[in-house]
Amino acid sequence: MAERSFVKEVEKLRLGAGEEFSGEGILAITKALLQCGVGYVGGYQGAPISHLMDVLADAQEILGELGVHFEASASEATATAMLAASVHYPIRGAATFKSTVGTNVASDALANLASGGVTGGALIIVGEDYGEGSSIMQERSHAFAMKSQVWLLDPRPNLPSIVKAVEDGFELSEVSNTPVMLLVRIRSCHVHGQFVTKDNKRPAMTVAEALDAPRRDTNRIVLPPASFNHEKEKIAKRWPAAVDFIRSRKINEFFGPDEAKVGIVLQGGMYNAVIRALQRMGLADNYGETEVPLYVLNAVYPLVDDEFLRFCEGKDSVLVIEEGQPNYIEQAFGNMLHKAGRGTRIVGKEFLPMAGEYTGQVMFDGISAFLRDGAPHILPVQIRAPNKIDNADEISDLAAIVPGRPPGFCTGCPERPIFAATKLVEQELGQHHIASDIGCHLFSIMPPFELGATTMGYGLGPASASAFNSPDAKRRSISFVGDGGFWHNGLTSSIGNAVFNKNDGVIVIVDNFYSAATGGQDILSSRASNRSKSTKHPITEAVKGMGVKWVRHIERTYDVNKMRDTLREALTTEETGPKVIVASSECMLNRQRREKPLVAKAIKDGERIVKPKFGVDEDICTGDHACMRLSGCPSLSVKSLDDPLRDDPVAHIDQSCVGCGNCGEVADAAVLCPSFYRADVVHNPGRWDRFMETMRRRLIGFMQNRRESRRLTFADI
Amino acid sequence: MVALSSTKAAVPQDDSIIKLAVLAVGGQGGGVLADWITDVAERNGYLAQSTSVAGVAQRTGATIYYVEMCHDAGRRPVFALSPAQGDVDILIAAELMEAGRAIMRGFVTPDRTTLIASSHRIAAVSEKIEPGDGRASSEKVRATAGNASKRFIAFDMEKVAADAGSMISASLFGALAGSGALPFPRESYEETISTSGRGVKASLAAFAGGYEGARGHARDVGAKAEPSGATPVSRSVRGPDRLMRDWQALRARVEVYPETVRDMAGRGLQKVVDYQDIAYGREYLDRLDKAVALDSAAHEYALAVAGAKHLANAMCYDDMIRVSDLKTRSTRDARVRREVEVKNGTILQVTEYFHPRIEEFCGTMPARLGHYIESRPKLAGFLDRRINRGRRIRTDSFTGFAALWFIGGLRRWRRGLLRHKVEMEHLERWYRLALDHVSADYALAVEILNCRRLIKGYSDTHVRAQSKFDRVLSGLDLVKGRDDASDWIRRLREAALKDEKGTMLDGALKTVASLR
Repeated sequence: MAERSFVKEVEKLRLGAGEEFSGEGILAITKALLQCGVGYVGGYQGAPISHLMDVLADAQEILGELGVHFEASASEATATAMLAASVHYPIRGAATFKSTVGTNVASDALANLASGGVTGGALIIVGEDYGEGSSIMQERSHAFAMKSQVWLLDPRPNLPSIVKAVEDGFELSEVSNTPVMLLVRIRSCHVHGQFVTKDNKRPAMTVAEALDAPRRDTNRIVLPPASFNHEKEKIAKRWPAAVDFIRSRKINEFFGPDEAKVGIVLQGGMYNAVIRALQRMGLADNYGETEVPLYVLNAVYPLVDDEFLRFCEGKDSVLVIEEGQPNYIEQAFGNMLHKAGRGTRIVGKEFLPMAGEYTGQVMFDGISAFLRDGAPHILPVQIRAPNKIDNADEISDLAAIVPGRPPGFCTGCPERPIFAATKLVEQELGQHHIASDIGCHLFSIMPPFELGATTMGYGLGPASASAFNSPDAKRRSISFVGDGGFWHNGLTSSIGNAVFNKNDGVIVIVDNFYSAATGGQDILSSRASNRSKSTKHPITEAVKGMGVKWVRHIERTYDVNKMRDTLREALTTEETGPKVIVASSECMLNRQRREKPLVAKAIKDGERIVKPKFGVDEDICTGDHACMRLSGCPSLSVKSLDDPLRDDPVAHIDQSCVGCGNCGEVADAAVLCPSFYRADVVHNPGRWDRFMETMRRRLIGFMQNRRESRRLTFADI
Repeated sequence: MVALSSTKAAVPQDDSIIKLAVLAVGGQGGGVLADWITDVAERNGYLAQSTSVAGVAQRTGATIYYVEMCHDAGRRPVFALSPAQGDVDILIAAELMEAGRAIMRGFVTPDRTTLIASSHRIAAVSEKIEPGDGRASSEKVRATAGNASKRFIAFDMEKVAADAGSMISASLFGALAGSGALPFPRESYEETISTSGRGVKASLAAFAGGYEGARGHARDVGAKAEPSGATPVSRSVRGPDRLMRDWQALRARVEVYPETVRDMAGRGLQKVVDYQDIAYGREYLDRLDKAVALDSAAHEYALAVAGAKHLANAMCYDDMIRVSDLKTRSTRDARVRREVEVKNGTILQVTEYFHPRIEEFCGTMPARLGHYIESRPKLAGFLDRRINRGRRIRTDSFTGFAALWFIGGLRRWRRGLLRHKVEMEHLERWYRLALDHVSADYALAVEILNCRRLIKGYSDTHVRAQSKFDRVLSGLDLVKGRDDASDWIRRLREAALKDEKGTMLDGALKTVASLR
């Protein structure tokens, strides 16, 4: 079950011709796919296109009605390889994943797909996780398009443009027999907007029809001599076809006056930010009417030489706005001008930063610097010589105060106790080399745990520790991998590799029943029943099947003692070969979402329900915060006491506590103070409960009264 | 052509674009708020666009939601997808430090930004893990926010929401409505909430609280600060007549102290009597008398006040008896019931987490016996293997309660137990050390007393605390005789409270060593 349900929203996918769709970018893309008569869709979740996968999963009924096959692929490589269905058959297919991490994983399949080419339109929708808030390394998808010679669309970030790009993308792919990548940036995926819909189309050929009438063509297979022909075909046939299509269909757009001394070329995705910058300079209005000519590249690869050269005609200088580096587009344009012997000056990274997101301020600064340089007369005086408010001092004061707030484990997260146990075991056995992986568990690298030295890729945690395998070493390496990464790639690349190479390290598989970091999608080892997927395949069985002899399964990660003891055993046992610990407990975010309504209903229906919550006895807590250095739980925080005798704030557990048990277990395992208590509230107690309660309260009340009547008692506030 | 941003009014007129950013901590419901704002704009005939960066950033990290809106003039404007510096009309911060972050990032400017911030704090991990008080200064952020924004509306919207049984998104929405920063009537906001589905009643109550708060705030800017000053001491004392008479006698001794000392001494006295008995209170005052005698009004009785505070804390060391006593009191039971909101018809079960070790066991033995065991490692190890494990004790059950009640009852023999002997020796050494310095360097003596703050925690943490205490005082010989000796000890102490292992302290000690 995914974090967000689109069950209600997917009804919008049924909208017919001429109706208005209103909603998120992701949903608009899904609708566009259906309008294009897509035959099959696959992908792998990850921000910002997780929701696209969730939408598709929730839309299976509608997809089924149209004869569209949907698959939650095992990895991005799988998703891209799936597009092989469009090689011989005139079926439109789409795959979607996060870029560039997904594109990296997919690139083997992408290269093969691009080489042989496609018959049916093949569209790869990449969710570009670049810039502020991104969780991955910062690279460009552009390079993948260039090296595999597939076309890259980067539409203006509004719903009609994105929807049009999906339609254009399929046609472009078919016209040029080349897969097409459609790049959508993180905010356009989540942008809320409107567009006018068309009727959904059934695929021209369904996968069922293709299966019943198989086709093959040796010339489309990547093997010499066909592969040599593919390379030539890309240049001789497919490229010109693509350029013709882009030119004749006017995929790229021109705005503003025809005549001007300066102009701006930009990636489609930059359009809104460019317009806003021009608006702020008084050179554009709210609706995009601009005084500076713009050449908007909705197709950023391949580029259309004559379109660009025509734009440069009569212009002294042209600014290229291209986010990220290297600046491939700017280089290509420079080359075009040079070859054409034109005098127009091409500038870009002189005025804009070489690296980093082009935020509103960056865009404003860059464009105004360019215009000050090339066309100062068109700028209003406030921009040419601005009066800057200088409050740098106050801001720098704040920088020293405002604490950083990186993402971390959620309240009640079952991964927290795993790292608390790791920290405790390191207190005993010393520091170890720890290799991390991609997933929520990577938050272990942050305070308070500060565990983990590297992260090399999804499912590659144990693989990235594989060099640390030496008979001379006294310590073993520890590596982590999540269940998501395990099934994505880890089983073979990490576990299989460790078995084969007789790696002696410790591998911890963090099993939280979902692909949790991407929004709680089901995976093979999920414990839930899934209507359309096969789940409940234990990780331990897979690991044993791979040949691991030393396997321990912890079914409740909150048992910090057991977790620590198992880690200690793994680190010290005489046994050779990989030591695998599977630490399982359900993702608390998903568990709460699942259980909360059920519990509320059960209480309402009069069932006996025990609800746990933790608390701290503030007069026992001494305020040393040792518990927080082993937790970092959002619900466990500090609180000032109304008591001048106490200098430091004490621990406090707020209402958001879900009673996971970590506080108590850690206090026990680390021998912390006894100030934690668990308060279980029994709702709808039975007759026996009530009888025992009455007896106990009477007896305990008597004892309390007896002691308190013989001493001085000071009333609580 | 559009007007330049600097000439815009607070509520942009006609077809200009209103830019609104929400800075929240993941899990606060910022997404819901952004959806509501979009909805209320569209409800009022505006075109609106909202964006966010979902994904891992939502897991408790700082998050930004961004909404742009514009009066519908029949054409779709080009909306930007992220806020720009100096170009935000309304900024909503769902927590005070997020307001600070917004200012740092340039999203709040005095020429145009209405800053609506909840004044409550959610401590970041970095603030929580310091052994001392690592919390950031709210005051500085509030002061800067006032100057940095055109209008600053701040109150505890988290509390408003909690009181209404709702989420902060609802009270923030109310504050936005109440601020009048958007040209929409209150009813349209309420319609948005009403049509959103779940928890409507609670959300509307929180909305109303936020609305009123923002309204009231216009008259009362920045008045509401964190609660300061403590409640007066000795609210009420109960007990047998004999004890009450003794108590009054002790109180009378406090009353003759200088005015400045009285409050702290009264609190300290109450704490030690509550901890042990009347005689213990007498001991406390006897000790305190020494500091008072050495003190003077010229020094504002800093020594005596520090003594009153830290003597009480030192005398009320945490042992098994203390913990058991506190956990079996009726007042504690009442507090837990209040905190977890136990309602009629439900039953409360309370589990305590103990992990006794041989050290605690010996500490609760008569001094000689405890010492005997401790000096025989084999025997101690044998016993430790039987004692040292986690024990979950149900204090709502009779057996669990009785066990703790019994241990709490050992109080009357406490003076003869090993732990008491050790603690009192330590206390006397420290207290004498401080008083010995009074004549030569008064300020240094006060700082030595204040070092008691370092001693806290249980087991390993306690051991580390003791070691920090010793290391700080080891700096004493190095700085003694300097004019700024007391400053150095204070700095060492503050360094010791910065991290767990005392790395900062070691660095500071090196600096001190280099002074010579």
